[in-house]
Amino acid sequence: MLVITALAVVRTRSLFAVVTLSGVFSLLSALLFITLDAVDVAFTEAAVGAGISTVLMLGTLALTSRSERSEKKTPIVPLLVVLVTGAAMVYGTLDMPNFGSPDAPAQTHVGPEYFERIPKEIDVPNAVTAILASYRGYDTLGETAVVFTAGIGVLMLMSGLGRRRKEDEDDPDQEGGSA
Amino acid sequence: MFEEMTVDFILGHLNYWFFIILMMTGLYVVIAKGNLVKKIVGLNIFQTSVFMLYISIGKVEGGTAPIFPMDMKIDPEMLYSNPLPHVLILTAIVVGIATTSLGLALIIRIREEYHTIEEHEIAEQETKVSFYELNGNQLTSGDNS
Repeated sequence: MLVITALAVVRTRSLFAVVTLSGVFSLLSALLFITLDAVDVAFTEAAVGAGISTVLMLGTLALTSRSERSEKKTPIVPLLVVLVTGAAMVYGTLDMPNFGSPDAPAQTHVGPEYFERIPKEIDVPNAVTAILASYRGYDTLGETAVVFTAGIGVLMLMSGLGRRRKEDEDDPDQEGGSA
Repeated sequence: MFEEMTVDFILGHLNYWFFIILMMTGLYVVIAKGNLVKKIVGLNIFQTSVFMLYISIGKVEGGTAPIFPMDMKIDPEMLYSNPLPHVLILTAIVVGIATTSLGLALIIRIREEYHTIEEHEIAEQETKVSFYELNGNQLTSGDNS
């Protein structure tokens, strides 16, 4: 179903439908995360991926255009690039352990140590929260920095949008009206 | 390598290949489509499938979500999935929405300047501008194609 949704995104021309489909894609992936035991991630994906980003994209559509123009160039080269990259990645997975195997390196090295230490050191029932806030606290700090920077960037890009638009209406020859 | 291609091997790796197909769909949208909003959607698809790959690495067969009982008496027989990928992906999702919003803001700004969000139309306008500049002509304001 995820593949079908993704392919529909490729084919659809109406941008409104594309954005809605991307919301559907996010919700489906949240369901997948639940079946993969990652309930916290599913939470965040449903709220952020399906909620906030869809709203942001709809906002962008309201300020720009609604539909996609038809393509002129032939999609042979991108298709080739994608196929080669995909083949390389499949080749990379051949060395990976089987899905869900308990003796995979990812399961035997760091994970059990966290399970031993969390009840003693943190005493928070949710292991994801415990790791996020304490053992990997610097990640979260960095994440906050990234979000802050992105927020500043968005504000800088968007500030004066209404003002410039008004100037354009008053004087169409102004910069931004031409070119 | 091909002698290991048993049914067990294929079933164990099918999910990775499935995510790679999704990833490549996203990459194709990013490369081949000219519309900027669609590129962002493709980037999101790519990103989400990378998340799925990570989460599926952390899954343990027969395990459950890594949440302990409230009294913190952990049954040693209980299998939990690996919480570390979950933590990393939680961070990545939030960073992803930050980049998405920045990209969308850039699109709005581009649209304001060029009056289009199609890549090839922007390229045409740029070619025209550099052509005029090379010939030393003044760019007139009516040159709004």
